[in-house]
Amino acid sequence: MIFKLNIWRQSGPDKKGDFKSYEIEASEDSSFLEMMDALNDKLTLQGEDPVAFDFDCREGICGSCNLVINGTPHGKQQATTTCQQYMRDYKDEKELWIEPWRATAFPIIKDLIVDRSAFDRIIQAGGYIPIRTGSACEANTLPIEKHVADEAFDAATCIGCGACVAVCPNASATLFVAAKIAHLSVLPQGQMDKQRPAKLLQAMEEEGFGSCSNYRECERVCPKEIKVSAITTMNRLLYQSR
Amino acid sequence: MNEFELDSHAPKGPLQDRWKQHKYNSRVVSPANRKKYTVIVVGTGLAGASASASLGEMGFNVKTFCFQDSPRRAHSIAAQGGINAAKNYQNDGDSVWRLFYDTIKGGDFRARESNVFRLAELSTAIIDQAVAQGVPFAREYSGYLANRSFGGAQVSRTFYARGQTGQQLLLGAYQAMSRQIAEGTITHHSRCEMQELIMDGERAIGIVTRDLVTGKLESHLADCVVLCTGGYSNAFYLSTNAKGCNTSAIWRAHKKGALFANPCFTQIHPTCIPQHGELQSKLTLMSESLRNDGRVWAPKNIADCDKRPEDIPEEDRDYFLERMYPSFGNLVPRDIASRAVKLICDEGRGVGFEIEGKKLGVYLDFAQAIKKQGLAAVEEKYGNLFGMYQRITAENPYETPMRIYPAVHYTMGGLWVDYNLMTTINGLFAGGEANFSDHGANRLGASALMQGLADGYFILPTTVADFLAKQKPIKAEQYSSQIDEAMASAKTRINRLMNAPEPSITPDEFHRQLGQILWHACGMARTKSSLEQAIRAIQALRQQFWQKVKISGSEEGLNQTLERAGRVADFFELTELMCIDALDREESCGCHAREEHLTEEGEAKRNDMDYSYVAAWQYSGDVSHPTLYREYLHFDFVRPSIRNYQ
Repeated sequence: MIFKLNIWRQSGPDKKGDFKSYEIEASEDSSFLEMMDALNDKLTLQGEDPVAFDFDCREGICGSCNLVINGTPHGKQQATTTCQQYMRDYKDEKELWIEPWRATAFPIIKDLIVDRSAFDRIIQAGGYIPIRTGSACEANTLPIEKHVADEAFDAATCIGCGACVAVCPNASATLFVAAKIAHLSVLPQGQMDKQRPAKLLQAMEEEGFGSCSNYRECERVCPKEIKVSAITTMNRLLYQSR
Repeated sequence: MNEFELDSHAPKGPLQDRWKQHKYNSRVVSPANRKKYTVIVVGTGLAGASASASLGEMGFNVKTFCFQDSPRRAHSIAAQGGINAAKNYQNDGDSVWRLFYDTIKGGDFRARESNVFRLAELSTAIIDQAVAQGVPFAREYSGYLANRSFGGAQVSRTFYARGQTGQQLLLGAYQAMSRQIAEGTITHHSRCEMQELIMDGERAIGIVTRDLVTGKLESHLADCVVLCTGGYSNAFYLSTNAKGCNTSAIWRAHKKGALFANPCFTQIHPTCIPQHGELQSKLTLMSESLRNDGRVWAPKNIADCDKRPEDIPEEDRDYFLERMYPSFGNLVPRDIASRAVKLICDEGRGVGFEIEGKKLGVYLDFAQAIKKQGLAAVEEKYGNLFGMYQRITAENPYETPMRIYPAVHYTMGGLWVDYNLMTTINGLFAGGEANFSDHGANRLGASALMQGLADGYFILPTTVADFLAKQKPIKAEQYSSQIDEAMASAKTRINRLMNAPEPSITPDEFHRQLGQILWHACGMARTKSSLEQAIRAIQALRQQFWQKVKISGSEEGLNQTLERAGRVADFFELTELMCIDALDREESCGCHAREEHLTEEGEAKRNDMDYSYVAAWQYSGDVSHPTLYREYLHFDFVRPSIRNYQ
């Protein structure tokens, strides 16, 4: 299969970026990022600057990879990170458009790499249960109903990739924030900090993310299928804490 | 240095009292003085994040570094199956002693008794800590914690969070670390890679880093340095590790004097998705937990290998693990299962893709489990793994068996450390997979998370404090010449990489070729002649590398090819040491299968008379001629026996 790739190239944060076209041959069994590797090998041998993009585990769990492919964060396969997209999924297409996440709070570093440290700072604002090492009680002294633990787990699977922000017309990080709150605040050990929703939402705002106005696009592109019901949970807790 | 000095500092006395006694004998720094000491932690996976969070909570001034864009992305996150702990919640006869014995036997009696016992002892506190942090472990309907079984144990002691246990534990440690960043006890640097260790004579006093965004080299001084930089499976190019995993930090420390222990001990995990092509960038693991319900088989007859598995009748299937190891069945340890799979494929009974003329794969079949427990129950336990398998192979494992083949997964070897997790460099510690300490010649499943967190939450906070209590805080202004020296050597290396005389081959291409050499000589089967040949091939290819490596772009600013080239350069030296170590160890043990030393059934034949030691290698100034130091292992509480899983 031969593809025409239109890739966003931008040499630095304050530089002007633009699409540049490349042609590449890829096999059906190749992953999307292996196709990008092959392009980069070619560019390197030609003495050109390879395309910068983030990746690491290549098994869909670290949350590093983040390409917008033909307008959709992570690509056409739902519930799937960029690294787990395979070229066989694109065999009916001849031309692909590859862009970085776009949001004020995620400034572009180079080409397809963006700075997502805003997510770290949101967690630092209260996305944890404050327990000092060594002071925990015996694990089974605190039984937790299975459905509660399962609900917490479903939210806890967030990989912090930022697709929810990239797709949102408001560039809101509400799903990311709500997932952390739904993870921690439904568990009995996480219920002490009633102000967690308020603290995280304030941090989100300060980082330059927009607010939620219920487009629900985030749910559609989330590779871990985190549901907007997490946002409902967060709003309920926020209301109760006031 | 002479052999007498390679002292493990393991305490004496009854095994169960050693850690308690050692803690009591350790010195402490008073709360008011702690902020005067700076600790550098490189790598923020399970071990690094938990260590830095704990040291920060104590009040030390901690500086952390990771090459990823956030500590939450460290490769610990990909651990699937679970974490062992001797809680005995199942009332099936588990105890600290049993976990200790299973672990030391699992490692084929090539680990220290004191360390392994401490690990087993701390395992229960890790679960308490994680639950308190909000790690959503699997629970029973009663609301109490659930367990499952893992390889090499006959009790059910593995705690898990679906197939994402590593992710959940890492997020717990990352959040604890985030809290300390907010409190100001930790200063964190993402996208920042260690280049050099700064030494003051024999003592580590800091590191030189490269900011991966700006390309700037920077120096950071500290009262001690802790390396939690993970393992080096990527030496093989194709492994289940994340693409960025590398040996650079520990290798550069090795070249500054830290001994490297048991480099050839690499774990080959039996259940990975088979390789399907030449340009594949990595392999993907399918959790060992799948062997709780999945049955491993291959066709009895070579003629059946091309048939669809559904068309092969029951009587023509060979459930070879159940046949060969009736008492452990599909849950034999990883090294044993991997060798059995290789044996079957070498006989020509493999299935699936052909690589270099051989079909490399066997079936992992869930049909019986689905029939017995129902689709929903299987989906609840393994849903995410099945989904992952389907994404990669385009086959539905609910309908047709998975195909699996062994792949490099974990490295038991690493920097030599004493009981305090300090390397042979004064003030340099190593935790987690980066050290060699607890797994001997083979790691049991669900033990890596346990070790990383035991090191980080409980051991390093004690031993680092003990070290610092014996020092006066360093005065930064005294060390400008030491800094200049380390900066200069980092700069020289980068310049050399950027300016190869005949640039024509990419670092990835060199890495692929290096990986091939290593896999064939120092993978699942090793022989004297193949290792000797590999050493020559590595030396030749290494020379080529420095002659021909091609990196475009500039060293000023973000350059991912340069990052990779630096890591591959270190793999080129480490791989030679791995082969030298495998050559020296004239026995088979755990993962290390020297074909000259196997029983007729293909099992490892240990030689305790001559090789009951940790091989700790010292850099001599010439990569090809390292000096061997031996730490002899003493077994006072267990008797090394023939590892029998039949």
